[in-house]
Formats: sequence, structure tokens, C-alpha cells
Amino acid sequence: MSDILVAEGVGKKFGGFVALKAVSVRFAQNKLAAIIGPNGAGKSTFFNVISGAFPASSGRVSFEGHDITGLPPHEYARRGIAKSFQITNVFPQLSAHENVRVAAQMQKTRYNLWTPRAAIRELIEEADHLLERVGISAKRHAVARDMAHGEQRCLEIAMALACKPRLLLLDEPTAGMSPEETIKMMDLIVTLAAERTVILVEHKMKLVMGICEQLVVLHHGELLAQGTPDDIRANEEVRRVYLGQGKY
Amino acid sequence: MRAHRRAGLVVSEVNTRQGAGRNLIDAIVRHRVAATIGFLIIFPWFVPYHTLAINILIWGLFALGFNLLYGYAGLLSFGHAALLGVGSYGCGIVIVHFGWPWYVAIICGILFASAVAAVIGFLAIRTRGIYFSMVTLALAECVYYLFYKWESVTGGENGLRGINVSTINLFGFEINFLDPVNKYYVMLGVVAIALWLFSRILASPFGAVLETIRENDARAAACGYNVANTKLMAFVLSGAFCGVAGALRALHLSTVPVEVMQISTSGDVVMMALLGGFGTFFGPFIGAAVFQLFGDALTLWTTHWQLYLGATFVVFVLFFPRGIWGSILHWLRVAKP
Repeated sequence: MSDILVAEGVGKKFGGFVALKAVSVRFAQNKLAAIIGPNGAGKSTFFNVISGAFPASSGRVSFEGHDITGLPPHEYARRGIAKSFQITNVFPQLSAHENVRVAAQMQKTRYNLWTPRAAIRELIEEADHLLERVGISAKRHAVARDMAHGEQRCLEIAMALACKPRLLLLDEPTAGMSPEETIKMMDLIVTLAAERTVILVEHKMKLVMGICEQLVVLHHGELLAQGTPDDIRANEEVRRVYLGQGKY
Repeated sequence: MRAHRRAGLVVSEVNTRQGAGRNLIDAIVRHRVAATIGFLIIFPWFVPYHTLAINILIWGLFALGFNLLYGYAGLLSFGHAALLGVGSYGCGIVIVHFGWPWYVAIICGILFASAVAAVIGFLAIRTRGIYFSMVTLALAECVYYLFYKWESVTGGENGLRGINVSTINLFGFEINFLDPVNKYYVMLGVVAIALWLFSRILASPFGAVLETIRENDARAAACGYNVANTKLMAFVLSGAFCGVAGALRALHLSTVPVEVMQISTSGDVVMMALLGGFGTFFGPFIGAAVFQLFGDALTLWTTHWQLYLGATFVVFVLFFPRGIWGSILHWLRVAKP
């Protein structure tokens, strides 16, 4: 079994505060994995380190066998790692279609000053296709900031997919969504995971238990447990800190 | 930039909303180059005197170049005086010292301004927000003092004199360049080429990347775009357009006053772009026209005309942050039919 993303002893300090203590995890290729844990467990810190938002204080991260620790953010996208952010992060004044089109454009051209955008049909069609894939093609012409929250989250996924990633990182993709939207989003994530590796951060454990193949549980900045959902359910430690609270 | 976005200071021309009653505006926006050139062709006949029209043409082009950086890429430079000035000196120096033809001199002005823009940009893009503005301001002052002291080449505080182009030969026709009408239309030819290139850049994939950096540079990086390189390229392109304006100004005035590089020039161009509308294609020319006509009319009855101009600026920032052209576009688009 080949591992697509390997974190070795990844630690992160913010000033004197240790957010993450030497976490080592291997993520298998073409699997759906989730990083879970209670609030403040270090999930988002770990996510931000492996997605390149900020560098690790110690340890290293490698992707497809290459060390990617400390690379600038745009290099992550070029190597095939796309992400969606915890706080919705789109281009607010551009149309939904342009948001996706410009994300797809990176694969083809970056410094072309000459060809009109409208003449590059394949990018326009690709953006149409991706908007349909995430179910918001009716909003094609809508300005991103005028779209509903759930639609913006879908738009972000479409933008991430436009980067043609082999690894898709999603930070709390269902945050702030209604129950119906949440179900739709989880269905979408499962279909996306059929074609590539998907790693998501989630604090609603119930959501991911049924669909993920690999779970990573963090607690107080440390790796508490990892394994299949069944392993995690059977893990005494996890039950104590997390499941034992009764509400899960 | 975020605050500006909230205030609606940045108007995107790409996303024209559907609806009735906006056909004229939509047509103008769609054919922005032809519409702008058409306006500039008839424009000199509606201003008090032709040299004022030439000034407006040149300042409008300068504001257009500035707008590429602020209106489209979201980078507020307070150092554009240096780019206009170097464009002027570049053009003037090769005419005065080497006797090169005017069209080669314009190209030299563009190259000089682009090179200086590359240096200033390289140092300034490492910073963000107000720090970016301050670094561009400081570096522009350095360029000013360099040219001020370099008397043997630039003429120092007397300015560079003797850029005498009295007749030009255009496709076999001898044109009297001292006649302001001829001068205006020859320069309009140069401006038309610049407008066409500018429009192509905005419509290109690179233009799309510029917008993403204005909107959200962290997201642009997450899409795989190298934000620093894109900003630097925008700065150099902006410098090239300002260089054209500078070169035309040298030809127009037959001299390069060293004061052109002073900080007030950088402030004036910000004001013109704001009056016209940041991030609009036509706005800079409207802004330059209003600024120059206003100044010209006010100087007739008061020496404190800048006071009134300043007050107008404050009114625009507070109540019409989209500027004149930006507000017109906005009203016509959101107004119910």
C-alpha cells in the first residue's frame, strides 16, 4: 500500500504555546480519511501544516515521496494538493463561473497577456462542468459574495477540483450548513473520494464514522489514535476523551 | 483593500448583470477601447483650449497605468511620480543627448520607466497594505533626488531642456508638431495603441489573475498562482504605461521639469483615478478631465484652488467611493428597470 501524504514528527509552536506535538501520520492513496478531535485538539493546526498554510516548527511532510515541508503555498497547488478553507474563501466580486474558471486556468496558463479569456473555450467548459458537478450550475452568473453560505462552500470545492488535485484537503466542509446541505455535501465528498485521496477535518464525529476509511484522532495536540472507524470505536482512550461525552 | 471592497470601491467590469435599460452602458463597456477612443477624438472641441486637452490626454493615460496596479491588482502605490518622471527623462535624454527620433525616444521612455518599475516593484512587493504604499513613496523620493543631483544628464533643478520636436514625419507626411491640434491627434494615436494593449491585458488570463490577487491573494496562491511574481509583473506593466505618458509629456512640454517627480504628482494621480473610478477602464480619463478642468477653471478666480479640489476629493471618498464613472456604471446596473 503506497502512502500519498506522510507526516513525520510534525510539531507547531505559536510563541510559547505548543499547538501540535510531534504528530506522525501516514495517509493512504485514494482513501477518504478524516482528522477528528474535540475543539482545540490541534486539528486545524495539523491541517494547515500539511496543506502548507504555515510551516511546521519541527518534523517534515512529504507528498508522493517528495519532501514538501516549507514550500510556498502556490507550489502545493502545482504539485497536486488542493484545499478548501475553514472560513469560506472565494473571490467575492467575481462570478461563480469566473471563480472556477480562473482556478482551472492555472493548469494551462499563468502569464498569458494576449489571448482573450473568452477565447479559451476548454476552460469555460471545464468551469461549467465543475459547477454542475457540485450542483450550483444555476448560480453560474451570480456574484460569489451574493451566494448563500452553502453554495459558497460548494463553489470552493469546485475551485479546489479545478486544480485537478490528486490530494484534496477539506477543512470542516460542512461548517455552518443546514442538515440537508450537510447530507448533500457528505454525498459529494464520497463521490469525490472515489477518484482521489480526500482528507477532511471534522469535529462532528458521527458524520465521518460511516464514510471514512481512515480516522486520525487528535487530542491536546497529540495523536491519540488512528485506524479504521471500527478500531476507533473500540479504542478505550478515544471513548474516554471523546465518545464518552454522551452526545456522540 | 478589504475595507475598500466592502465600500464597493472596486468595480468589476467583467460581471455585467443582465437586465434592461443598460444597453448603452453595456455597449460602452463591451467596446471599451473604441468608446474611449471615440470620446477622445471629439473631446478637444469641448474644452477651453487645445493644450489643456493634451494635458488631460497625458494625465488620463498616466492614471490608466496607475489604475492597472490599484484598480485591478489592488496595490496602492504612492510612488508613481517616479515612473512618469523616468518616462519623461528617458524620452528627453535620448533626444537631447543623442538626437534620436521621437518614436524611438518614446520607446526609450517606456523601457526606462519599466526598468525603474521593476526595481521599485521588486523591493515593494515584499510588503503589504500601507507598508507597500510607504515603500513605493520612499523609493520614488530616492529616484527624484538621483535625477535632481545628476545634473550633467538631467539638467538638475533647471530640468531637462531642449526636447525640440517641431515637425514629425508620419508615413511620408510632414506634420507641424507645434500646432496643438496636430500634437493632440498624433499623441492620441499613441494613446489608442496603449488603450488597445491595456484592454487586451485586462481581458487576458493574466488579467484574471490580477483580479484574483485584488480579491483574495491567499486564495490565489492556493489555486497555484505565484502572487509575488504576478504583482511584480503588474508593477512593471503599470510602469510601462506610465512611461508612455511620461514620454508624451516630455514631447508636449519640450522640457522635463524635475518637479514632475515630486510627491504631489503621485498624489494627483491617486486623486484622478479615484475621481474617475478605480478599476474602471474609462474612469481615469474622466478623472483626469475633471481634475484638470476643475483646476483650470478655479485658478481664474482663486489661488487656493487646491483647497476646493481637496474638499471635492474628501466628498468623493466619503460619498462616492466608486468615482464618477464607477458610480454611473453601478447605478445603471443595479437600478430597477
